[in-house]
Amino acid sequence: MTVLSNFQKYRNLLAELVKKDIKLKYRNSYLGVIWTMLEPLLTMVVLTLVFSKLLGKGTKDFPVYILTGRLLYSFFSNGTKAALKSVRANASMIKKVYVPKYMYPFATVLSNYVIFLISLIVLAIVALARGVYPTVQLMWIVVPLLQILLLTAGAGLILSTMAVFFRDIEYLWGVMLMLVMYACAIFYQVQDVISEKNAWIFKLNPLYAIIVNFRNAVFGQPMDFQAMWYATGFGVIAVLFGVFVFYKKQDKFILYL
Amino acid sequence: MEDNNVISVRDLGVKFHLSEQKVDNLKEYVIRILKRQMRYKEFWALREVSFSVKKGERIAILGLNGAGKSTLLKVIAGVLKATEGTVSKSGVLVPLLELGAGFDPQYTGAENIYLYGAMLGYSKAFLKEKYEEIVAFSELGDFIHVPVKNYSSGMRARLGFSIATLVEPDILILDEVLSVGDVKFRKKSEKRIKEMFKKGTTVLFVSHNLTQVKTLCTRAIWLEGGHVVADGPVEEVAEQFEQKVTK
Repeated sequence: MTVLSNFQKYRNLLAELVKKDIKLKYRNSYLGVIWTMLEPLLTMVVLTLVFSKLLGKGTKDFPVYILTGRLLYSFFSNGTKAALKSVRANASMIKKVYVPKYMYPFATVLSNYVIFLISLIVLAIVALARGVYPTVQLMWIVVPLLQILLLTAGAGLILSTMAVFFRDIEYLWGVMLMLVMYACAIFYQVQDVISEKNAWIFKLNPLYAIIVNFRNAVFGQPMDFQAMWYATGFGVIAVLFGVFVFYKKQDKFILYL
Repeated sequence: MEDNNVISVRDLGVKFHLSEQKVDNLKEYVIRILKRQMRYKEFWALREVSFSVKKGERIAILGLNGAGKSTLLKVIAGVLKATEGTVSKSGVLVPLLELGAGFDPQYTGAENIYLYGAMLGYSKAFLKEKYEEIVAFSELGDFIHVPVKNYSSGMRARLGFSIATLVEPDILILDEVLSVGDVKFRKKSEKRIKEMFKKGTTVLFVSHNLTQVKTLCTRAIWLEGGHVVADGPVEEVAEQFEQKVTK
């Protein structure tokens, strides 16, 4: 198949682009990759200080609860925002050298994913420090980790395509992400903020479905299989739709860049 | 495709939409759709262009600004998609268009060798093997470890040229790049390109310098308004073109 042999030829480029993203992100910062861990840690401290009395009822694993939600959300948020800009940011190359264009959004999502995986180290440290120990359930963590990659890649493909034609998508997506954030229950429990019959608002959010099972895995709770199927279905459809939109429109990119 | 045609272009047409005012945000797009104001002007940059190129031919593409020369090269390079017609090509194609366009300014020269090389479809192992050769040919010396943003345009072009001409391509696309860097490097790059000529590389060359065209090329295609006006031996076509232009 030509698509596959073409990917084979440019696979080195994908690796190079991912490497470039990561390298350049930390090149001129004094603390380098440490920032990846320090940043979520500091936001966790802030959120814990602000909300533990208010919403967390002062439980000692509340920081872990915040951190899980916050890490997943920020990967989704950073990954999609960067993917959105990826095609436009590489306009000068797209206009001059032929490479498969999906490389750009994919590489961006992957480099953010690598950074996200590194930042999970901080979660492990905080969890152990707060007495949340791994159980057999932790093996399930692979599932939400794959689901979020699917979801982000799918959304990234769609957004990067739209951003070529409409420059204001960036701002619209920023607003959208805020909505997604509040529907992720990062620093509160769903039952604390909303009545049982309105909880469907959260259930519709695929990112929340991913976070729920990520938390279940971390806290040693049984998986919520309904959420798992929902997130998987949503992720697969997002990727298929993203690929479809991207392929349909990619030949026009050069005319609008 | 006939056996020794390296490139064949058949009934190629490229259409651009020129909207009267550029609509590049969703808000305005929606407003215009609602007011039914989306009007496009159609513009054919190339229309009914057909030709085929045999191995080892060196073709000059002549024409005034806006004749469709760059569009044609972009379609052949695979950057731009044809609206109608087909373009088929065989073998490795190296476009020497705006050297170093794929560089990342934050990256050092050394890092850019791997990045730009990957963009041209070379494997990592191959680039590692050729790394020394590239650095030597570019004559950048210790500057290879300096971010490219600090390079002069000549240095940038030298590095770009050294990477792009690393492999012997079957098809080489030249867009006025025979004037890279200083006198010394220009001689060297000309030598390398001439070596490729000798080895039977097929060349597509765009230049406004008719003397250069006549010495380098064997055949010329004259484009005007997106159509082929003449196609034949370089002396004849260049002569006709010169007369038309200077008239």
